[in-house]
Amino acid sequence: MIRVILPAHLRTLARVEGEVRLEVEGPVTQRSVLDALEACYPMLRGTIRDHVTQQRRPFLRFFACEEDLSHESPDAALPDAVTSGAEPFLIIGAIAGG
Amino acid sequence: MSGVRVLVGTRKGAFILTSDGKREKWEVSGPFFTGWEIYHLKGSPADPNRIYASQTSGWFGQVIQRSSDGGKTWETPGGGITMDGGPMPKGESNKFVYDTSPETGKPLTTHQFYDGTQHPWEFKRVWHLEPSLDNPDAVYAGVEDAALFRSTDGARTWQELPGLRGHGTGPKWQPGAGGMCLHTVLIDPSNPKRIFVAISAAGAFRTDDGGKNWKPINKGLRSQFIPDQTAEVGHCVHRIALHRSRPNVLFMQKHWDVMRSDDAGNTWHEVSGNLPTDFGFVIDVHAHEPETIYVVPIKSDSEHFPLEGKLRVYRSRSGGNEWEPLTKGLPQRDCYVNVLRDAMAVDSLDKCGIYFGTTGGQVYASADAGNSWAPIVRDLPPVLSVEVQTLS
Repeated sequence: MIRVILPAHLRTLARVEGEVRLEVEGPVTQRSVLDALEACYPMLRGTIRDHVTQQRRPFLRFFACEEDLSHESPDAALPDAVTSGAEPFLIIGAIAGG
Repeated sequence: MSGVRVLVGTRKGAFILTSDGKREKWEVSGPFFTGWEIYHLKGSPADPNRIYASQTSGWFGQVIQRSSDGGKTWETPGGGITMDGGPMPKGESNKFVYDTSPETGKPLTTHQFYDGTQHPWEFKRVWHLEPSLDNPDAVYAGVEDAALFRSTDGARTWQELPGLRGHGTGPKWQPGAGGMCLHTVLIDPSNPKRIFVAISAAGAFRTDDGGKNWKPINKGLRSQFIPDQTAEVGHCVHRIALHRSRPNVLFMQKHWDVMRSDDAGNTWHEVSGNLPTDFGFVIDVHAHEPETIYVVPIKSDSEHFPLEGKLRVYRSRSGGNEWEPLTKGLPQRDCYVNVLRDAMAVDSLDKCGIYFGTTGGQVYASADAGNSWAPIVRDLPPVLSVEVQTLS
């Protein structure tokens, strides 16, 4: 069970409260986690990754286990603590006013 | 009993203002889509309960929302879990992908950037949603970077009308201060295959075959910020309006200059007349008097607020040139708001109601064709757009 914490605006859009729990088959990577997330919540497609390029949107960051994973390969394995569900995978909006 | 529903898009959400036909007491609902920029909402002329909304964010990109009950509840079309037998669910209501295929879109990939160099076309947001006149599931979207998209399945999927970007002048288009946006879409009520669009800063364009072929319609426009002041494209058109009884007569608020065309945009002539300044963003036409038009003059391109701190709507009853200030009920001192290009609308009641929203968060209404005004609300986030539905 993978735990994902979304920014508030995306929780509203997906109509979820608190963290999201996902089943991910195969290797647990940024790509497989986001694929599973978008499969469960299709309205999130395009809001985290660009529809076409699949690149992370520039004002979003990926954190886990007190590390910034934003610039890791999307196919790199996520930390064991994320895979086991001990730690969440955090999707964070860049700090900005407004 | 008749009534009106005013759809307001703001920097921090959408609001719906409703009243009966007297337009004296208002009910305010919202905010909807809290915290997101709502560039535009518009209802379907064919089904007033069908409303489309453009929800956008610098962080999360574009979302399209749709209501089928007059704005009480909303959904992201295609955003539910519908596997359709494929490996991935459908969820493409926010997917705007430029058509660059050689067969249809032609491989057009760059336009002129602020510094004059060529720059890749990049989708940023939907500025304007224009529902079909007769089909609630058909809707056009004007987007930044400028292009026109169409959906025929209730905004679930979108396809570009590539003939607009691909007709040949695209590499000469350039962004205005707000970005290179397609912000105006007008469908000819007498001939739905004729569509007018306007782009900042490219100009006005027209199709006569439902969007396959397009041509610039900017003859008569003059703009000081381009090398050839009367060039075919490059003009910063802020807004175009028409009256449904005379779709060949167009009124334009340009960056500077208020213009008029009597031949569906083939030629334009200036009708700024006695306006104190002819810079501005909005322009609209009285619902029952096709020669009565409204603008809100703004001081200049570098000072986006009313002259002398006085918020004045100007009305011409002669299709331009002769203008009168309308001030009753509007602040006449210390007012430094702007009225953005999509933030004026009219209802079709008798007497005609006029509405506009400001960057200061006020939405003003006049139930007597502009003679007097009162704020419906005073303290919304900055208003990006105002549309009105007249309900029977």
